[in-house]
Amino acid sequence: MKIGILALQGAFEEHGHMLDQLGVEHFEIRKKDDLKQDFHGMILPGGESTVMGKLLLELDLFESIQTKINNGLPVLGTCAGLILLAKQVKEGKPHLATMDINVQRNAYGRQLGSFNTQGMFDHLGTVPMTFIRAPYIESVSGNAKVLATVDEHIVAARQENQCVVAFHPELTQDTRVHEYFLRMI
Amino acid sequence: MKENRYELNKQLAQMLKGGVIMDVTTPEQAEIAQKAGACAVMALERIPADIRAAGGVSRMSDPKMIQGIQEAVSIPVMAKCRIGHFVEAQILEAIEIDYIDESEVLSPADDIYHIQKSKFQVPFVCGAKDLGEALRRIAEGASMIRTKGEPGTGDVVQAVRHMRAMNREIRRIQNLREDEIFEAAKQLQVPADLLSYVHENGKLPVVNFAAGGVATPADAALMMQLGAEGVFVGSGIFKSGDPAKRAASIVKAVTNYEDAKEIAKLSTDLGEAMVGINEQEIEILMAERGL
Repeated sequence: MKIGILALQGAFEEHGHMLDQLGVEHFEIRKKDDLKQDFHGMILPGGESTVMGKLLLELDLFESIQTKINNGLPVLGTCAGLILLAKQVKEGKPHLATMDINVQRNAYGRQLGSFNTQGMFDHLGTVPMTFIRAPYIESVSGNAKVLATVDEHIVAARQENQCVVAFHPELTQDTRVHEYFLRMI
Repeated sequence: MKENRYELNKQLAQMLKGGVIMDVTTPEQAEIAQKAGACAVMALERIPADIRAAGGVSRMSDPKMIQGIQEAVSIPVMAKCRIGHFVEAQILEAIEIDYIDESEVLSPADDIYHIQKSKFQVPFVCGAKDLGEALRRIAEGASMIRTKGEPGTGDVVQAVRHMRAMNREIRRIQNLREDEIFEAAKQLQVPADLLSYVHENGKLPVVNFAAGGVATPADAALMMQLGAEGVFVGSGIFKSGDPAKRAASIVKAVTNYEDAKEIAKLSTDLGEAMVGINEQEIEILMAERGL
């Protein structure tokens, strides 16, 4: 199994470390040529969604990645990665728009609003959750399903081949969310 | 400050990695920077080149101006306070800035003490020109480090010197025997536990960006290849002929910093770069502030 990690900007290295711990091969996606190889899943990391959204277009990655996801490539989006996948972004424009979720960016305010907590995650039990200037999901539609909520806000969801979390499992020692994603493959 | 707040602050810096943080002086410039792909903006009254030209005492910006920038963009907003001026830092925290830069670009308010940054909830980034400075700032509570370089010059030589010095010292520390760390910590005037982290991990305990004198996509890629985890660009953008285009090119050069063909394209037709000043021609060495 081989996982591509979008490495345009943000905390992509940290996802690589998680996959190393799980003994899964991975590579970085920085330009179109990187998509030529065979791979079985993709991670869209945390960082700034405006930066990644822009670079996806300008480096001519947008259509290829969107097509792959629409054709069923398993994808995990964390924080900014969640925003990239959302069909609706409040007070912003959608990017890949492959998932039926409506997202509020910077939903907890500025850095002073960043926090750690623990929450119930579908089938995984309680997992540690780190929110950094995080978004949350206001609502899901279609066949998107809620996987976790914190204080009544949706912070994780799944729609077929797509799994998104508003928090950062890659910043904790807990590999269960990554294992959950790998089981989708 | 609770341990977990410091962790969250280090983690925000992790989210900025692989990105470009741009100096802006107005909400309009902040929007241009965000559109060009900045991962954060640094709000300040005058960019370093103009501070250098104008002379006089340089202070924290008007909070109203900073708030105007906070309202204009969705990306994190940073702002500078003077070295040692903890009240300026308190003001920036009160307006919920995302990151404070305790910066040698402004006139130092204290020629001995830095701010005790661990007393604050908001994160701090500080400049350093070698490993000792970096670890001293981290000991005081900085959750991100940048090279000092020489701001406002458009001359990358000092940023290169500082990044090389830092990484050379990190490699030296890595190669020490464990029982030699205490003596090395004494010589570097840094806490032994932070030096032990460097010894074991071969890197700083926080994210390390390049800053000071970056003016072209090639400069940015050079700093990335030398080991920077991201880049600050100050005067280089809004002192150039076509800020939007140059900013966007620098962003792409940081993402694909090892792809020479791409950087060649990005370096083409950028218009005029900032004129710049050579290090021999400058009167104030900002990097000598706050050791």
